Amino acid sequence: MRIDDQLHIDTPEGARLTLSLAGPLPRALAYGIDLAIRGLALALVAIPLMLFGRGGMGLYLVMLFLMEWFYPVLFEALWQGRTPGKRMMGLAVVHGNGAPLGFNGSLVRNLLRTADLFPMFYLTGFVVMLITRRSQRLGDLAADTLVIHTPPARPARPHQDGDSEAPDWPLSRDDQLVLLAFTDRGARLSAERQEELAALAYPELAPAAAREKLQRVARHVLGGA
Amino acid sequence: MRQSQFEQRYRPQWERLETSLTALEARRRPQASALTDFTADYQSLCHQLALARERGYSLALQEYLNDLMLRAHRQLYRYRTPLLPGLVAFFTGGFPRAVRYQWRWHLVSTLCFVLSAGLVWAMILHDPELVHTVVGPQQVAELEEMYHPELRDVSGRDRQDDVMMFGYYIYNNIGIAFRTFAGGLLLGVGALVAMLFNGSFFGAAAGHLTLAGAAQPFFTFVIAHGAPELTAIFLAGGAGLRMGWAVLAPGSWRRVDALRRAAGECLPVMYGVFALLVLAAFIEAFWSSRELAPQIKYGVGAACWALLALYLLFAGRQRRRQGGRHGPE
Repeated sequence: MRIDDQLHIDTPEGARLTLSLAGPLPRALAYGIDLAIRGLALALVAIPLMLFGRGGMGLYLVMLFLMEWFYPVLFEALWQGRTPGKRMMGLAVVHGNGAPLGFNGSLVRNLLRTADLFPMFYLTGFVVMLITRRSQRLGDLAADTLVIHTPPARPARPHQDGDSEAPDWPLSRDDQLVLLAFTDRGARLSAERQEELAALAYPELAPAAAREKLQRVARHVLGGA
Repeated sequence: MRQSQFEQRYRPQWERLETSLTALEARRRPQASALTDFTADYQSLCHQLALARERGYSLALQEYLNDLMLRAHRQLYRYRTPLLPGLVAFFTGGFPRAVRYQWRWHLVSTLCFVLSAGLVWAMILHDPELVHTVVGPQQVAELEEMYHPELRDVSGRDRQDDVMMFGYYIYNNIGIAFRTFAGGLLLGVGALVAMLFNGSFFGAAAGHLTLAGAAQPFFTFVIAHGAPELTAIFLAGGAGLRMGWAVLAPGSWRRVDALRRAAGECLPVMYGVFALLVLAAFIEAFWSSRELAPQIKYGVGAACWALLALYLLFAGRQRRRQGGRHGPE
């Protein structure tokens, strides 16, 4: 069993979506950023509206209402499930099946925010997030939505120089992933640790030779069959 | 098939898919021909990704196909319904139907409000001092200032005040309705408390102002916008109770599924609540504050209540098809 925050969804097309769920902390930070943006926007609106006296006060109250209830709804529905705060934290809201968020889903999860707020500081929502499997607050449960980390753009792998060598065993997908991780993280590991790992693959070779051989095999995998 | 052959054969198809994806993501409408190919390209892409995995083609290729598939999945499953026809269908039928579908809950919430209001009202008529158990001294003073014929001052009221009060009603009343609905999720307690509290407050205000001889200004003020406003609060309370009940007694559903179902049923009601409260804010700010003969205000108010009741009870009913539900005669 794997213990991590990855959620795998098998679509009807037989493809597999891998989503990584966002926990309470990045979500709280995103909320804080949004709160600051809302406060700033309201302050900016308030200054010109003050010139209009009590009528301006009325318009300000309408703005306050829209900011409180519809700021998250509109951003999430029209901007691929992201408020500015979520975007900065690299988060997005999607439906439970991985589909993009629509207006209805966003409205449900944001209307029910008050229940998550109860009694203060999102205590209910926090507890519910900890005990649900996909770290959803009450609003997420009702709307069937998830908050996920948006996958970073895949970095281009630098081309590996050097000669390559075909592996002497049939490579499974998991083997390939392990080899890939070995090359990606190799630079951050000490030579001794690399040799130790390589010895797991080639116990019969001397550690330094095993490392050389494993690197050649990894280059082969990266280069393509 | 070797990987290079595989790539060579399908690369043009992937590139075509990428072009239409770029257009779709920028919310531009791609050419009709590109859209016809989209689903077919997507399907064969899924097939090719599975093949690439099975045959152990390079991870770079697998990752490229996987990312392409994810982008296409996002576009294919995006919900985007046309706004205007949906709105028309909603107001001509969807909203009243959604309300009638849950009529028991709206009845319960209405009764909570009306009974607590009636009880407090009667108690205050019996013992005027009881008003202070429900309403704070400052609020009593504000109520008297607003409605008492000798204390209130209407001469200074102008358009500016109308706009200000409009904003206040939007901010305050819609916020209350939304919070009442969400409070229902806490096992119904939040919605119940909100209905009982608002009912008691209304009863206290009515009872106290009746005794203070300000009944006429009070009722002429509230009767017209009361129709959409109180109805909306009743509906928000009912929807909240429905949510709480789904958690308390999900029946044969899993709790989370019962909750989702309830949310789906309540959503149209809440859209309607929002619309009713915006309407109420308009009436309250721009009509209720006008100084007109009481007969006119009572007449308009009664018409508001009657129209709203007729709308919620009868709009959007479908004529039962002959022999549909009863079977052949």
